[in-house]
Amino acid sequence: MSDITSLTLTQTLQALKDKKFSEQELNSSYLNRINTLNSKLNIFLEVKKNTSGIPAGIKDVISTKNIQTTAGSKILSNYIPPYNATAVERLLEQGVSIIGKTNCDEFAMGSSGENSAYGPTKNPWDETKVPGGTSSGSAVAVASDCCVFALGSDTGGSIRQPASLCGVVGLKPSYGRVSRYGLIAAVSSFDTVGPITKSVEDASLVLDWISGGDNYDSNAKVEKFTLQPQGLKAGVKGLKVGMPKEYFGEGLDNSVKKVIEEAIEKLKELGAEIVEVSLPHSQYALAAYYILNPSEISSNLARYDGIRFGQSRETIGAEVKRRIMLGTYSLSSGYWDDYFAKAAKVRTLVKMDFEKAFESVDAIVGPVSPTVAWNLGEKVDDPLKMYLADIYTISANLAGIPGLSVPCGFSEGLLRSVNHERSLPVGLQILGKHFDEETILKVGYAYEQITDWHNQKPDLRFKI
Amino acid sequence: MKNYEPVMGLEVHVELNTKTKMFCRCSADYFGKQPNTHTCPVCLGLPGALPYINKQAIENCIKIGLALGCTISPTSLFERKNYFYPDLPKGFQTSQYRWPLCITGNLKLEDGNLIRINRVHQEEDTGKLTHLGGETLIDYNRSGVPLVEIVTEPDFKDTSQIKDYAKKLQQLFRYLGVSNADMEKGDMRLEANISVRPVGQKELPSYRVELKNINSFRFMVAAGEYEIKRQITALEKGEKISQETRGWDEDKKSTYVQRSKEEAHDYRYFPEPDLPQLTIDNGQLTILKTTIPELPWEKSKRYVEELEIKKADAEILAEDKKLAEFFEETLEHGVDAKDIANYIINKKIDIENTHPGQIIEQLKKKKTGVIDSLEELEKIAKKVIEENPNFVEIYKKGKTTVIMALVGAVMKKTSGKADAQKVRSILEQLLTK
Repeated sequence: MSDITSLTLTQTLQALKDKKFSEQELNSSYLNRINTLNSKLNIFLEVKKNTSGIPAGIKDVISTKNIQTTAGSKILSNYIPPYNATAVERLLEQGVSIIGKTNCDEFAMGSSGENSAYGPTKNPWDETKVPGGTSSGSAVAVASDCCVFALGSDTGGSIRQPASLCGVVGLKPSYGRVSRYGLIAAVSSFDTVGPITKSVEDASLVLDWISGGDNYDSNAKVEKFTLQPQGLKAGVKGLKVGMPKEYFGEGLDNSVKKVIEEAIEKLKELGAEIVEVSLPHSQYALAAYYILNPSEISSNLARYDGIRFGQSRETIGAEVKRRIMLGTYSLSSGYWDDYFAKAAKVRTLVKMDFEKAFESVDAIVGPVSPTVAWNLGEKVDDPLKMYLADIYTISANLAGIPGLSVPCGFSEGLLRSVNHERSLPVGLQILGKHFDEETILKVGYAYEQITDWHNQKPDLRFKI
Repeated sequence: MKNYEPVMGLEVHVELNTKTKMFCRCSADYFGKQPNTHTCPVCLGLPGALPYINKQAIENCIKIGLALGCTISPTSLFERKNYFYPDLPKGFQTSQYRWPLCITGNLKLEDGNLIRINRVHQEEDTGKLTHLGGETLIDYNRSGVPLVEIVTEPDFKDTSQIKDYAKKLQQLFRYLGVSNADMEKGDMRLEANISVRPVGQKELPSYRVELKNINSFRFMVAAGEYEIKRQITALEKGEKISQETRGWDEDKKSTYVQRSKEEAHDYRYFPEPDLPQLTIDNGQLTILKTTIPELPWEKSKRYVEELEIKKADAEILAEDKKLAEFFEETLEHGVDAKDIANYIINKKIDIENTHPGQIIEQLKKKKTGVIDSLEELEKIAKKVIEENPNFVEIYKKGKTTVIMALVGAVMKKTSGKADAQKVRSILEQLLTK
């Protein structure tokens, strides 16, 4: 095996079964790659030198027993959890090993990976670009073949958006599909744990492993996602796929729009029926999100009071402070009705938009991000601009529905062979009904079978 | 000079005696245990930990609500009460605010007055701080222990009502078996809201003083009395009383300011996103209703009305559930309930080490002073007939049931040491002569 690290999870499991290489070889191959790339791309905050298991990257907002878990914040720089998150526990039961804790925006707040207190992760397709966020390290770890797959978390797009900007597959499960126990809370009613992988099939498999209720998360539903290979590979013939007109208007970069439209055309070729749908409250989603999100954050982060975790609150970054202040304000007596209560109503309307749309379609497709990866530093001084990067992803979190990001091309439709400087990955977002991950995975899988985008790798040879 | 009357409400916190804590599987039995040994990521508020509801606690809370005549909300919500204190590891207490589990009940006091209950809700306890010299130690064994809060309307007119109410609640918790309600161990804690207004004024006063952290019924009465006097004196002088929280200084026998209005918290309540809505279905409620035992005040009333036991004795017997059950087991053995009651109370029977059967035997032995001499009984019966000519007349007119009154009189004269059947036939013979 010449290129162990380029294999998908499914391929790796098969190769191990066929004894094409050992787990030790597998681990050392990945560790070698990390050795070469980590300092350059700033992917991992901590690397574990295992000799066995399937090496996976775990976002540093996910609790790992006896392994430092910082949530990308200095205030937790000394924190070593005494317990594993449920999702991690379930991966370990499947023979997965933790190869490292991946970098991320501080407490999962941001859209570019730049809010990490440990410095930004770089986009492997172009080191001067952001990788997206907040699961920045997880997306880059997978895109640069530094792990077989990774776990991320998605509160407003934090799995899908970096997956899109880095050209890998990212799955945000339905709220309640995967236990949140051990996921360091940002926004409790939006947070989800999900996989970032090299293929759609891999994403299905990891979801199968980590999903299902447990007695530590009251909101996790008992229903487990079970991978049905026949279901996954059933094709999209006759499926009704909706294009929300609100996702193709002003603000969407033209070159991204072109790539997305081409991808949808492919689905049509595969036999899907494409229809226009409307999500009329989309325009209010961002505003509602940025009331509810800071409100919960202000409460969830109250425990970092500078007493218990060994570091002063002065170490907390600007974006986190901003949200704590915004949230404290909108929950204050006298403001509740105008802010929190009203935003909660908008959330219900957004949810109803999806319910209505899903009466006539099986899945909804559109862009993940309005643009491709932007320059590091470009938006750090303009929080509003940064918030707008999540415009197409936050609605799924407000509604609690599943969303998948699948690589569907490059900014100007150029392949890596041309290696144009501005040739950056674009992700197709596929949204599904609550608890219907199967359909969106089926759509993603069918698309992957007739395209090659997910096999494209960034040219990192010059760095090795 | 005006007359003033107090307007008072009470908030009672009671720790439930469930096996595990409110939102995790740690043992809730923390008293006297090695500090920080009954803890886990959940009750320590570690990053990523989540609450998981203890169903037994919810059932206990509903039982308290049912016993107080509350309406049980079919759906209720937990909310976060956000405030900073080192004993609160999450930075918020998971409590209930806008949508409590039980609403609008009442409790009848000894004096016949009804105290309206505003709400009975479920929450969790905090950790415990110990101040040692310049240092403060935190023990999280108590963190997350189930706590129920019972809030009244401002219906108390004097401190004796407060004491009566609090004692009745304590009895209730023990009867329901939901809490040991030991004030000294902090199982049960009282807070009173006290203000005064001119007699005749209908509206509630514009301020209220909260008396907090009072750990005995006696101190609560003393603090309440002190506070009523302090406020009346101030109002008489034309002073304005400020809204504040006060504590009780037992040495100085006075209340003191703990927190002023300006320092009051804005708790920024919002629905707890980590917990689903709490739904109580009718089936569940029906089952829970069957578990509510006869309550102490119902028992003592029954003892008086049905068993003709003196009110004071009935209350003693009903005060403790075990004693009441012991007493009830001794009944139905043909021994007079009053005799049993007297015997248990006067002899201060140790019910832990006595079998109800033993009481019956002992009482029957005492009865062996029975008068079986017919002559002696006839003598007494004749005397009774002489003393009650009116009853004799009624009897002779045909209303023969009146003979029971005469039997009763004979029994009284013999201090119950006669066989009632025998006495009756003697009386019948004498009267038909």
